[in-house]
Amino acid sequence: MRGAILTLLALLLAPVLSAPAQAQGSGSTMPADPEAGLLPQTEARPDWLLFPDPRESRGPLPEAAEGPAEQVVAGLSNSSVAITTSFDGSDILIYGAIKRQTPIPETPLDVIVTIEAPSQPLTIWQKQRRAGIWINTDRVEIGAAPSFYAVATTRPLDQILDPDWDNRYRISLPLVLRAFAGAPQVEDTLPYTEALIRLRRQNGHYRLEENAVALVEDTLFRTDIRLPANLIEGDYRARIFLLRGGEVIDAYGAAIEVRKVGLERWLYRLAFDQPLLYGLMSLAVAVIAGWGASAAFRKLRRA
Amino acid sequence: MQIYLPIAEVSVNAFVLMGLGGLVGVMSGLFGVGGGFLITPLLFFIGIPPAIAVATGANQVVASSVSGVLAHMKRKTVDFRMGGVLLAGGMVGSALGVLVFNILQQMGQVELVVQLCYVVFLGLIGAMMLQESLRALLRARHPTGRRRLHQHMWVHRWPLKMKFRASGLYISTIPPLLVGVAVGVLAAIMGVGGGFIMVPAMIYLLGMPTKVVVGTSLFQITFVTAFTTLMHAVSYNTVDVMLAVLLIVGGVVGAQIGTTLGARLRAEQLRLLLALLVLAVCGKLALDLFLRPDDLFSITTRGQ
Repeated sequence: MRGAILTLLALLLAPVLSAPAQAQGSGSTMPADPEAGLLPQTEARPDWLLFPDPRESRGPLPEAAEGPAEQVVAGLSNSSVAITTSFDGSDILIYGAIKRQTPIPETPLDVIVTIEAPSQPLTIWQKQRRAGIWINTDRVEIGAAPSFYAVATTRPLDQILDPDWDNRYRISLPLVLRAFAGAPQVEDTLPYTEALIRLRRQNGHYRLEENAVALVEDTLFRTDIRLPANLIEGDYRARIFLLRGGEVIDAYGAAIEVRKVGLERWLYRLAFDQPLLYGLMSLAVAVIAGWGASAAFRKLRRA
Repeated sequence: MQIYLPIAEVSVNAFVLMGLGGLVGVMSGLFGVGGGFLITPLLFFIGIPPAIAVATGANQVVASSVSGVLAHMKRKTVDFRMGGVLLAGGMVGSALGVLVFNILQQMGQVELVVQLCYVVFLGLIGAMMLQESLRALLRARHPTGRRRLHQHMWVHRWPLKMKFRASGLYISTIPPLLVGVAVGVLAAIMGVGGGFIMVPAMIYLLGMPTKVVVGTSLFQITFVTAFTTLMHAVSYNTVDVMLAVLLIVGGVVGAQIGTTLGARLRAEQLRLLLALLVLAVCGKLALDLFLRPDDLFSITTRGQ
């Protein structure tokens, strides 16, 4: 069984190993500045640059200046997702290998894979009873929260990831939610962010799948992540982290382009580029359908 | 069969949507209400973002009311003159309502005001109609008392009198104009066609015969919702035509069934049914306001 998986993975990896994923505009990298991930959001930079930019040159490790002894080489089953009319979700296979020049160290190796949708600003409301009626009273504004975020790991997250390193790369869910917009109106924002995570977990948009990454011989890994049907358009990011002893020893990023195609794209563009034409078209559809049904029923009744 | 909606950016079951459209279509044909007060909350429930549910709901109401109004025109039960006067008021009211809506949005209490409006108006109208239709049913069983065509109220004697032949009325145009404005304001705030408010207003305030009320209200709703749809599409890009088509397919068929059913039922029974329906929706919304919600927290993405 194990042999079969190895063979399969080797086959899958063959093209990736020969041309290290340049086709997807991505590569293995570590941050030049370990604090880079904590910088506040600025307008000029797209959201996903908060984690290491694959295009930047490899900087020295914060602790070990000689560069990582182990590197991730990885690929995705598809680097783009087309949203068609009958779209009802998509499975993404993420697979890869660990490249190393030295013998395998003693400490256990772990892999974390994340997929992140583009971020949106949002408001979390809390209801309170006022004069017998439940109304929204307090709110917390979140500057940017991904509309979808999935984490898959080889083992339980709290056993393999040191909080400092989590902070640096913003891997676990609470850290993915960034920057409150303006000064929060309430003193304790924790229940709000917890509620956001709880609500989004319930509808499957935030996911933590522990033990979902299969790691073979400390060298090959793979995992399947299901993207839900309610996807928004945009550039999604896949990240792969290699960990030993709670520390991230290498990180890899790749983009997944999610786009509407065909009729979906045409309608969407029309609605935003020619709103008047689109509105009139919607009305025409409604009037014709109404008139058509009326005429058809009259014929039916006469017959 | 799952369908991905291009503007709403959610994936939903096509048959569920067609079923919803059909249900609302039957209401539309039967009672002369656009069905917006049912379709909008139902769309929220299946996970359509509120702004898109309101705008697309309006588009669906256009289709079902066109279908309904054509059927009523065949039966000559549309008072075009009254419809025109109501429509003129409706356009003014709708523009005013959008203004009020924007102010409420800035205060962050739109949701509450909309819900309160629903509860208060549906409750009042439902109770009024229930009482009236029960009395009418009893009177029909004991046909002793003398019945007047309609009661003349002091508002009917205001200036600018006009003859509404199809309704058999000779009253001032000011009350119907005011009804139009009021319905327009509420329609824009509550995101509905306003038929469920206008039908009782026409019966009890203007004293129009029930026979022409349904067709005339459908006539006015068609234009007010068309105006609303266009406004939403141009200023907020929130009309999802794919969603609208699915609702419409069910809706137009439903509207025809509703109109046929309506011709067979007696006016008093029709009013009793509508009263019960209005009270049921009101009760559901009131419970949402007064009972502790399952989750005290909710998320809104900006722009919705």
